[in-house]
This record gives sequence, C-alpha cells and structure tokens, in this order.
Amino acid sequence: MEETAGEKSNLAGVRHILLVLSGKGGVGKSTISTELALALRHAGKKVGILDVDLCGPSIPRMLKVQDKDVHQCDSGWVPVFVDQDKSISLMSIGFLLEKPDDAVVWRGPKKNALIKQFISDVAWGGLDFLIVDTPPGTSDEHISTVESLRPYQPLGAVLVTTPQAVSVGDVRRELTFCKKTGLRVIGIIENMSGFVCPHCSECTNIFSKGGGEELAKHAGVPFLGCVPLDPQLTQSLEEGRDFIQEFPKSSAFPALANIAQQILDGTSPQSS
Amino acid sequence: MAEESVAVLPPHDCPGTSSAQAGKAAACQGCPNQRLCASAGAAGPDPALEEIQAKMKGVKHKILVLSGKGGVGKSTFSAQLAHGLAADDTKQVALLDIDICGPSIPKMMGLEGEQVHQSGSGWSPVYVEENLGVMSVGFLLSSPDDAVIWRGPKKNGLIKQFLRDVDWGEVDYLIVDTPPGTSDEHLSIMQYLGATHIDGAVIITTPQEVALQDVRKEINFCHKVKLPVIGVVENMSGFICPKCKNESEIFPPTTGGAEMMCKNLNVSFLGKVPLDPQIGKSCDNGQSFLSEVPESPATSSYKNIIQRIQDYCGLHQSQEK
Repeated sequence: MEETAGEKSNLAGVRHILLVLSGKGGVGKSTISTELALALRHAGKKVGILDVDLCGPSIPRMLKVQDKDVHQCDSGWVPVFVDQDKSISLMSIGFLLEKPDDAVVWRGPKKNALIKQFISDVAWGGLDFLIVDTPPGTSDEHISTVESLRPYQPLGAVLVTTPQAVSVGDVRRELTFCKKTGLRVIGIIENMSGFVCPHCSECTNIFSKGGGEELAKHAGVPFLGCVPLDPQLTQSLEEGRDFIQEFPKSSAFPALANIAQQILDGTSPQSS
Repeated sequence: MAEESVAVLPPHDCPGTSSAQAGKAAACQGCPNQRLCASAGAAGPDPALEEIQAKMKGVKHKILVLSGKGGVGKSTFSAQLAHGLAADDTKQVALLDIDICGPSIPKMMGLEGEQVHQSGSGWSPVYVEENLGVMSVGFLLSSPDDAVIWRGPKKNGLIKQFLRDVDWGEVDYLIVDTPPGTSDEHLSIMQYLGATHIDGAVIITTPQEVALQDVRKEINFCHKVKLPVIGVVENMSGFICPKCKNESEIFPPTTGGAEMMCKNLNVSFLGKVPLDPQIGKSCDNGQSFLSEVPESPATSSYKNIIQRIQDYCGLHQSQEK
C-alpha cells in the first residue's frame, strides 16, 4: 500500500530526492553520495543522506560518525548530524548495530520492512536534497526504495560506473531498472577513470577508459563526467574527512565539483 | 524447456517463502514460484534438498568466493581460480555464478551470448574448455540490457534450480561466485548445500578499511553459518607505475589491510594481488589473465594463492560417499 505524501509526512520538507545507483558493486556509489553531499553543503544547501545498503553500510565511516547513536523524537527517528551546523544529516543501519562487525543476515522481506521505516520514520525536517545511497543490484532494496519514494516524486537517479566493460554491462541493466520503474536518469558518472601517478604524472587507465561515456551516449542520457582515481580521496574517506573542503587541488576535486554544479543547475528555479 | 529470458517484474509485497501466506497472498498471483510456495507448507521439507544432495555427490570440492564488499574482485578471482584449476586437464572444474542481478562471469569467461541447452539429464553447463563448465543467469537473458529485477524468493528459486537441474557431472572443483553482502543468495546457497560438504569460503577484500569493515561482517556470517574460511585474499594491493616503477597505494591499508584483519580474527591470509591494468582488460575480453600475461607479478600472486587453496582442499578431503 503506497503512502500518500501528506502534509505531516517526514519527507514533506525535502525539496529534492536523488538516488545514487549502479548495477555494479564497488564503483563508488557511497563515495559519490558522500562527496556530492559535501559539495552541496559547501554550496549552502541542507543535505540528508539515506543509506539503504543494509549489508554493507559505508557512509557513517566516510563522514566520521560511525560511533553515533540514533535517538527518537515525536515524529520518529532523529537522523545523525555530521557537523555542528546540522547541514548534513545521515541515517544508516550502521548506527543501529550493536557491534560494528555484526553481520545483517536478512532475507528480502525483513530488509524491505526496514527500508520502509527509514523512508517514513526519519524526521529529516527541511532539506534541500536527500541523497539515497543504495547497494549494488536490482533487487529488494531497490524495488522497495523506489516504490516507497514514488509518492514524493524523486528528482531522479545518478548512475555510477567504472570504465570497464564488465562494470558497464551491469549498469546497462540498472538503466533498464530505471526505465521499468519510471525513475528519471539524471546522468551517468564514470568513476575511477584513469590514474595519474603522483611521482611522474604518467596516466594509466587501470580500469580502462571511456565505457561510462559511451554508455551514456548509447542510452541517450546525460554524461556527468569522469572522476579519476585519487589516493587522497580514498584516504580522505578512510579518515572521514571533508575532501571538498580540504583537498581542492586534488585530482578528483574538479570533476566532483562539476558534478555537484550540474545537479544544482538542474534544480535551479528556471529548470525545475 | 530452458527459459530464454527470465527478466520479469516480481509481485510487489512478496510475503516471503516461509510465511504462512506464502503462495496464498494476493501478491502471489502470477509469480512463477506461487505453486511451489503454496505447496511447501503442506509437503514438509523441500524435496529439492535431497535432489541437490544427490547431484552434489559427484562434486569432490566446493569453494565459495565471498566478500561483504562489492567490486573487490570476487568474479575476477573466481574466473582466474577456475582457469588456474582447469590448467590441469585431469581435473574437471565447474564455475557457478549466483550473482543474479549482476552476472559478470559470462563476459569474463568469453561466453557472452551463449545459451543454456537442456537434455534428459538436465541443464547443460556452458563449456569454456572441455574440463571447465560455467553456469550463470547471464546465459538465460536475451539481451545485454535485460535486468533481473527480482526480490529474494525468486532469486532463491533460481539458485535452487542451478544446483538441482544443472548436469554438472563428475566435478573435482565447484567454484561458486557470489554477489556482495549477506542476504538471500548467501543464505540460500548455505541452505541448499548445507547437507553436503563445503570445503570453505575464500574471502576477497581490498586493503582499505571501508572494505574491511564489510568483510569482517562476512567473516562473522561464515562463523554464524559454520562455513569454514579457507582464507582472505587482498586484491588491488598497490599499483606499480609502468613508467617510473614507483608504487602507489590507491586503496590505502589505513588499518593494516587484510593481513592485520586476518591476524585479529584468526583466519588465514592467502596473499596479496597487485593492481594490473591487464587484469581488467583480460576480463573485459573474456580471456584468462593467467594465460595472457604470465609474466605479471599479479599472475604469480594468483598462482600462489590458487596453490594454497588446492593444498587446503587436499588436506580436507570430502567425506561424501
């Protein structure tokens, strides 16, 4: 039974909902979700992140809030605030585990139930953007998330791939998923696209090059850009640092900033 | 009849196969599993379990390739493991891909576009070599754009079919490549193979903590379901620039990498495999990296790890009669 998007709904104050998808694992969905949130925050926006990867919740660590707890309020669960200004908030199953190494060994129906709760019971308040980070695939989590969010008319989905054919092959299927579920594709990001050696500046295409751009062309969807492999970005995520603020000269920064700008341009008053 | 395409939208609100409403709820109408679910409760234990056990009698060693984390190289490793074991042409190797939503194995094994044929003895695996057979949902899809948008119960049904209906024949090594996580596919493979002997799991990770935190969960899953851990492989472990030969840690082991994790969790560390652009290239081209680039440091890493896995299996011979 679909919820009606009533006045009192916890998502009523959210202006734009954006999903980050991929058919493929390990391409950088959580990384992109985190960096996009940071970039949008630095552009003065209030951002929420909903992490629906129940088996492998990566975002808490990436924002250095892995030790926080979730509290309740009258309207439901209070999301965890990442910063003093409360401009980035986060909900993840990572906060609900007794021990960080506890495995969430759930079949589909139980996962679906928690996702529905995450979507209806988190008191986000007023947000400019809610970014929904997903696990790889086209299964329970994705079906439940899209169905539960449908009444709130998400802006669409950003699809992340790495350049090589094996990855693109899975992302093609994710495009089909978007088509079948009526989810608009905002664009495709080609992540881990080339590595510039910090010692000699030689560029090596470790995971090949161009597959994401080609896929966007073939599928007729916008191409949002190539993000190179950047050890400073990976290090930053390991330590839960604000890459956008602290590493503006790093190789991945221009691409990430550009992607955020395209999202902002796409949601500015004249284009929405 | 072998299904040509299995990509259909599943029923919304599947009650779950073990629910009292399984097969009987309004949402079950039209689901291919409906009859099975509706009769399950009345019939008692799933007869497929016995059929699977019988099928698996001809399989000497079973190895699951797992990770909590996506994109660390499970399928890549499974493919190289299969090629490595099949290099001995006296051994019969089977590679089963149970990543239903993201089946990478057909492409990596150069078998894209192949179909599954059926005979009286069941579904025939697709053969790369005479002694290396492969099964994947990828072979059942009619187009590269076909998405398998299935909820858990339907995925479980196909995994059961893969184990019960595929005519693997006499097999020395059955390698099962899995999707990331600890969910339906993982529970099902343990449920269906539970009564047979599984040698153990090879767990793949990359060096950084963001990966390790998911992999610890996977190791806990193995302990929970009493699946022995053969060991952990640290993939994408360093990159040597082909020009200046300096090493960069693209995925930095900020918390000591897999080696430290293995020490802390008391599991075997099988070895490191460095990043080599030729690995991805071989996989994209459906070729064996081990044969294509024998001189790469990654090839010797893979071969050493494969040998350790063989040694482990040799020490723990299957008790199946």
